Amino acid sequence: MAELTFTDLSKTFGGTPALDAINAQIASGEFVALLGPSGCGKTTLLRLTAGFEHPSAGEIRIGGETVAGAGRFVSPEDREIGIVFQSYALWPHKSVFDNVAYPLEVRRIPRAARQARVAEALSLTGLGAFADRMPSQLSGGQRQRVALARCLVFEPRAVLLDEPLANLDLALRASMQDVFRMFHRRTGATMLYVTHDQSEALALADRVAVMKAGKIRQFAAPEILYREPADCFVAGFVGDGAVVSARITGRADHAGLMLNVLGQDVVSRSADPEPSHVSIRPESITLADDAPLRARVTSCTYLGGRFRLELDTAGETLVAFSCQRAAIGETVGVRLHDLWAFRDPEGDVVLQKALADA
Amino acid sequence: MSKAVPASGGSRSLDRLLPLLLLPVALIALGPVLRLLLEGIGFGSGFTTDHLTSVLARPSTATALRHSLITAGGGTLLSVLIGAGFAFLVALSDIRGKGALVFCLMIPMMIPPQITALAWMQMAGPSSTILKMLGLAPPLGSPQPLHSAGGIILLLGIQHASLVFLTLRAGLRMIPAELVEAARMSGAGPLRVWAQTVLPLSMPSLIAGGAMAFVTALGNFGIPAMLGIPAGYATLPTLIYQRLVGMGPSVLSEVAVLSLLIGAVAICGVLLSRLVLKRQGFGLVGLSGAPLALSLGRARLPVEIAMWVFIFAILALPLLALLATSLIPAYGVPLTFDTATFNAWIEVLFVQPVTRRAYANSLFLAITAAAILLAICLPLAWLMERRAYRVSKLLDALIDLPYALPGVVLSIACILTFINLPFTDLTLYGTIWIILMAYLARFFVVMLRPIQASIAQLDPAMEEAAASVGARLGRRLRDIVLPLAAPSAAAGAILVFLTAVNELTVSALLWSSGTETLGVVIYNLEDSGETVMASALAMSIVCLIIALMGLVQAGARRFPKGVIPWQS
Repeated sequence: MAELTFTDLSKTFGGTPALDAINAQIASGEFVALLGPSGCGKTTLLRLTAGFEHPSAGEIRIGGETVAGAGRFVSPEDREIGIVFQSYALWPHKSVFDNVAYPLEVRRIPRAARQARVAEALSLTGLGAFADRMPSQLSGGQRQRVALARCLVFEPRAVLLDEPLANLDLALRASMQDVFRMFHRRTGATMLYVTHDQSEALALADRVAVMKAGKIRQFAAPEILYREPADCFVAGFVGDGAVVSARITGRADHAGLMLNVLGQDVVSRSADPEPSHVSIRPESITLADDAPLRARVTSCTYLGGRFRLELDTAGETLVAFSCQRAAIGETVGVRLHDLWAFRDPEGDVVLQKALADA
Repeated sequence: MSKAVPASGGSRSLDRLLPLLLLPVALIALGPVLRLLLEGIGFGSGFTTDHLTSVLARPSTATALRHSLITAGGGTLLSVLIGAGFAFLVALSDIRGKGALVFCLMIPMMIPPQITALAWMQMAGPSSTILKMLGLAPPLGSPQPLHSAGGIILLLGIQHASLVFLTLRAGLRMIPAELVEAARMSGAGPLRVWAQTVLPLSMPSLIAGGAMAFVTALGNFGIPAMLGIPAGYATLPTLIYQRLVGMGPSVLSEVAVLSLLIGAVAICGVLLSRLVLKRQGFGLVGLSGAPLALSLGRARLPVEIAMWVFIFAILALPLLALLATSLIPAYGVPLTFDTATFNAWIEVLFVQPVTRRAYANSLFLAITAAAILLAICLPLAWLMERRAYRVSKLLDALIDLPYALPGVVLSIACILTFINLPFTDLTLYGTIWIILMAYLARFFVVMLRPIQASIAQLDPAMEEAAASVGARLGRRLRDIVLPLAAPSAAAGAILVFLTAVNELTVSALLWSSGTETLGVVIYNLEDSGETVMASALAMSIVCLIIALMGLVQAGARRFPKGVIPWQS
């Protein structure tokens, strides 16, 4: 297992930047998710790590060894990195056993040792009974497991996964998430997992790098991303809730800053002395009839166990959870608490632009 | 932990070596064509246009050009009528047994033209064995009706009908079913739908197919040679043949001009069709896919019967006539149970040294050409698909040229190029190697395209997955690309083999004693009056072809779309 380090890593395709000066370090044995909308550069970062693309600038190091940058380029076959493709990329002319055995064959491992290691990898992924099948005879989930076993069998320094669940149905995704988690626990491999699905990223990863337009916007543990987003994009992309602008009204005390949010004075947690926005998660909203902030219910969706309400107040849309159904158009009182405030100058620009367009 | 390999290691160097493959390919495939162009302007003996003007001014040239245009034009018209009729019925109507019908319609395309001509000649004329059996033979001394411009047009039309059929059917499949359904919802009956919706929309592919048929008919040598030369009716390819065979290499520059003339006419035909297509072009919007099946109603059975009778007449009858002739002891003897004999078969397959040698030569040439092309095309196709250099793109665009040009043109080009190997005193002229070189150039694209198609369909992730687990480029090509492209490569190799084993046009000009090919021997046997032996040899080849076609057909499901020419 090895750590991965990206230093000022950039990649342009025909003049269009895909990655813009990425700096990040992934510890040995860590499970990291790259999360972002399509076109944000997450797959490019993965392919650069695997060695399928050459960086335009910057450096990639694996376990202290420079594999790309500074005049060096180690080709994919010499990087000892496993990759699980979205399409699984199982070789259709090889049986499950031969698919998994191929990395060892390439490494000229003797037959007996090879068979033992393949059998071990197959049993770890629950494929022991399928060794003689051809890939075309397997279901999507089973193919995914074969791809994983093929990765696992040669004990790579890191495992890269490119949207591995995108082609599976919802029920299978949940069970494959368990497989990945088990795989990570058993092997302790450094894993880099690309996804556009935030629930996957939050559920699986030790840390999540949220990417947009070739940049990492925030790189933190899932609960930090949720509770303490760094900017408007992260706050909006990760988790449910609303982002509204805020104005500082009082000095900070040990509990936080006094901010004016939607006309109310609220104490907010913040890392910045002059925040511009607050993230309001559904958990931060209590519905109370006597609350001074009034909001109109615009939608009500049953989630099983609770209702998700969308509330309109002063042109902003808030999201709240409620135990009871609410009628559309009904007016409720809203009390805010435990908000997170951050500074995002671009967020204002975005808001102003939206207002100007409206 | 593995040791890092610097940028110059392992697969990188193979990656750098592979592009070198482009050089011999370009030389073999395009060198001769370039050499021919240079000859036209007097390369080697000072730049001059004397040859050009003197040859073009000769009356025989004008006559041959006129004959070529008449036969190719008439043949194309017939091809369009037959091919389009079948294509519309197969693609649009609800007739049964389409697969078998298409397979049978494709057989004339795969049977070499000189055999087609030989077979048809056995069906007509005073010595026709089959007519004698039926008591229908015209009196002795009456002329062979096929030895005429009309005969050439008829056979060219049948031989190339499948080209029109395939192109048009491919085009018809692109027409969205919704367009036809919309026309029917507006109240149009099947006939009106066909005339006012389908026909205008399929015009571009009909024109493209016609242009292909024209170019192929223009370059056809076997049919005008068998039917035209006895009647003194010369087309450009047969004129070149007669000049070169009669006078030897001294007339090379002269026939080079003639072959350039054929090339120019062919290119004019293609350009004309492109021009028409450009003005006809329209984008089709909508999902194609759902095949159209307009009901023929009560007319279905009569139409089916008519189609099968037609197939019987153009395919089975001539072949039966050929078979009948191959079974008689001597030409002119009627075939009965008493006279039937396998003597001619035994003679051509086991006794005659010339025919045995021809079998050996043709098999050697076909197998060697297929094997060499297989070995070159697999890495080349990979290179063109995965590493798109500017040079490889250019080669990709030009590689069709040697196959699209009439075979006579390529033969002359090859003679010019290989009569004196550059920088040496060696010559390939008169050896079997010049035929091999010409085959390599001519059939390159036959092998390349199927392999390209299958590599293009291959998910690049397959190779990336192999790279990520440690396999270098050589291993990846061997372990991943080769097995996955193998079915198409096999299909390509069989196609090359099929085409090469029957080839006449190129080898007719390049053979010499000892290097006869099957095509040449059939022609020579017939030419010297050994019709029975020619028939037996031709029939044995037809059996070989149909067996190989059946083999490819049996594996059809394993090939990517578009690999098998008779299954577009």
